[in-house]
Amino acid sequence: MRHMLSSAVFAGFAAGLLCALLQYLLVQPNIVLAERYEAGELVHFQGIASPEERAATSHAAHGAHDTAAPVEEAGHDHGAGAEAGAYRQALTVLFAVLTYCGYGIVLVAGMNLAEQVGIKIGLSQGILWGLVGFMAFQMMPALGLQPDLPGTPTTDLYARQIWWAATAAATVAGLWFAAYGTGLWQRAAGIVVLTAPHIWGAPGLSSFGGIAPPELAASFAARSLAVGMITWAALGGLVATLWHSEPAK
Amino acid sequence: MNLTQTSARSTVLAQTLFVALVGLTLVFAAGFAQSHALHDAAHDMRHSTGFPCH
Repeated sequence: MRHMLSSAVFAGFAAGLLCALLQYLLVQPNIVLAERYEAGELVHFQGIASPEERAATSHAAHGAHDTAAPVEEAGHDHGAGAEAGAYRQALTVLFAVLTYCGYGIVLVAGMNLAEQVGIKIGLSQGILWGLVGFMAFQMMPALGLQPDLPGTPTTDLYARQIWWAATAAATVAGLWFAAYGTGLWQRAAGIVVLTAPHIWGAPGLSSFGGIAPPELAASFAARSLAVGMITWAALGGLVATLWHSEPAK
Repeated sequence: MNLTQTSARSTVLAQTLFVALVGLTLVFAAGFAQSHALHDAAHDMRHSTGFPCH
């Protein structure tokens, strides 16, 4: 068990660093730019929205979550500061490492379970498992809950978290049965489980009111998914390799 | 399968379950917990990895 945990933590650490680097290069510039729109420093279609309208939109974006003035609101949401300072980068690295260590540990537990029932996990299987993790924990939840830039109006946080977690769980279970199930019925049931949260439906937006330009949001969505996919593939490969690196388990 | 094998298997299962729980707890803390300090610190990471954030 110690070997399981340590290999997952090493893999998660490395994958987290990779993720933080890719994020710094690709994703964070979008977040910082979106925050400048959120704070009212930049305005999409400058000259069309009045300051009052902007303040109202920015306020609505945070809805029930805050009643402070828009300026304070920006400071509140991004306690690390709206600028991309070293402190903020350090926190992002820390949380990237934490998140992927967590995912790595979940992954190694799954791999161990698979080996118990006779499924061998090598490097290429590990990468595939990583990609499945990406599907379960990022891609499929994003199908209902699109990656949102700061300042995007949203619905009830709790409902979204529940749907997110249910979708991740259903994707893992569904793909397991679709891939390793015996007979047509188990595989078909896997597909049904996989699809269920999407048929049920995500707690979607009731209106559109994003402050940032759609091009920025599109770039953010594509890049955050791409970074997730690359990181997860690396994580899966690393976990499988490190876990089998010593004969003792 | 004799009794020893069964108990060895259930130990492995319990260990695996425990490991999975440790991982999920970490993911929950990094991605879901809504304490003010945690939210602010994890903000960029949550947005980029698609966790529902504020």
